[in-house]
Amino acid sequence: MINAMRYLKNVVTLELDESKCKGCGRCEEVCPRAVLRLNNGKASIIDRDACIECGACSRNCPFEAMTVSAGVGCAYAVIRGTLKGTAPDCSCSDKYDCC
Amino acid sequence: MKEQKKGPAWINGWTSAKTGFVPIINTNLTFQDKLGSFRVRWGIDRMRYKVDPGLYAAGKPDTDSPVLVTANYKLSFDTLRKNLHHINAWVLVLDTKGVNVWCAAGKGTFGTEEVVRQIRAVNLFFVVRHRTIILPQLAAPGVAAHEVTHMTGFKVVYGPVRAADLPLFLENGLKADRAMRTVSFSLSERLAVTPIEFVNAWKIALAAFLFVFLSSYPLGDMFSWSTFFRFLPYAGAIFIGCFFVPALLPWIPGRSLAFKGWLVCIVAVIIYCLFNGNKEMENIVYLLILPAISSFLALNYTGATPYTSLSGVKKEMKFAMPFIGFATVSGIVLHIIGLWRSI
Repeated sequence: MINAMRYLKNVVTLELDESKCKGCGRCEEVCPRAVLRLNNGKASIIDRDACIECGACSRNCPFEAMTVSAGVGCAYAVIRGTLKGTAPDCSCSDKYDCC
Repeated sequence: MKEQKKGPAWINGWTSAKTGFVPIINTNLTFQDKLGSFRVRWGIDRMRYKVDPGLYAAGKPDTDSPVLVTANYKLSFDTLRKNLHHINAWVLVLDTKGVNVWCAAGKGTFGTEEVVRQIRAVNLFFVVRHRTIILPQLAAPGVAAHEVTHMTGFKVVYGPVRAADLPLFLENGLKADRAMRTVSFSLSERLAVTPIEFVNAWKIALAAFLFVFLSSYPLGDMFSWSTFFRFLPYAGAIFIGCFFVPALLPWIPGRSLAFKGWLVCIVAVIIYCLFNGNKEMENIVYLLILPAISSFLALNYTGATPYTSLSGVKKEMKFAMPFIGFATVSGIVLHIIGLWRSI
C-alpha cells in the first residue's frame, strides 16, 4: 500500500506555481511520497498531507515552480537546534552520533 | 581504517577502464559485513563506518555499462552491492562523510557539487561512452539534476528508492513504477532502527534510575531488590517508547507521534495500577511520569521515520514538550510529597 502512514494534517509548506510549470515531470519522478502527479501536461498536488518536506521536488524543478520550506522531520534535531539557538540541527560531526 | 590499508576484504580483483585500474566489488556480503551492519545499528562507531569514495566496478563493466552513484556509508554501499549479482555496472561512491543517501542529501553532502566533483575526479567522461548517471531517488533532496547536466553533460536518471529494485529497473530500461518510487516503512524497516532508539535513551534510563535510587534513601532500602523493582516501570516506559510504539505504529490511533507514545503507555500504566496494589499517590506519579517518558521517546522517533515533516514535528512539539515537561515535573513533586508523608 502506498503512503499507508500519514502525519499531521494541513501543516506542510509545499506550494506549486502552476504558471511556471512546464510539465517536465521531474517532480513526480523524485517525490518519494507520491504527492505530485502530472495532469494534462502540468504538475498538480494530489496528496498534500503525505508531503514530508524533503525538498526533492523544489531542488529538481528547473523552472522554480515548486517551493517548500525543506527540512528533516526530526524532533531531536529541533531540540538540538533550540538548545544551540540555531535552525533544526541534524548536522553530524564525529561528536554527535545521529543520522 | 586499518582494514583499508591492506585493502578491504570486499574487493575481489581489478578491472581496467580507460582511466586505469578499478577495483571489482564482491556482491556477496560476508559474515564480517553483516557483523558490521549489526554493530552500527547499535550505534557502535557509526560515524566511522565508511568506504573510500571513488570508482568501483560490479561484474565486468565496459564503456556502455550503467553508472550507479551512491553514498560512502558502508551500510548504504553494502545494500547496493548485495543487489548487483550478475550486473555489470560502474559504481561511483561519493564522499558523504559516512552518512547514508537520504540524510546526506538532506544535509547537502550528497549534493550537486559532490556529484560533479566525483564525476570529474574519476574522469567519468572517459570511463563510459554514454552520458547518463543513475542516482538513488532519495538523493534528490540534495541534487539538482538539471544543474549536474549543465555542469558535466551527464544526464541524471533517478533510480528506485530501494536498491533491491535496481535489477528490475535496469532490465526495464531505467523505468521505475510508483511503488519503486515511494518510500515504505514496513515492520522490519521500523524495527531495524529501534536499537539506536534504545542506545539514545540511556540518559533517560540513567535519570530514572537515579530518581528511584535516591528516593529509596528515606525508605532505607537503597541497596535492595526493591529499588530494582521500583525501576522496572520506568524501564517499561522506555521499552514502550523505543520498541512498542515503532512496532505497532500504523495501528496506534492518532497522528502525532508524541500522542501515540503517551496513549500506549497510559493504557499500560492504568492496567498496571489496577493490579499493583500501590498507594494512590504512587500510582498517580506513575500515571504522570511514565507516559511522559514514552511520549518523549516516541516524539524522538520522528527522526527515524520517513513520513514526518519538519513543519509537522514543530507543530506537535509546541504542544507536546510543555505537556511532557509539566507531567514530569508535577510527577516528581508529588513523588517527593509522597515520600515526605511516608517518613
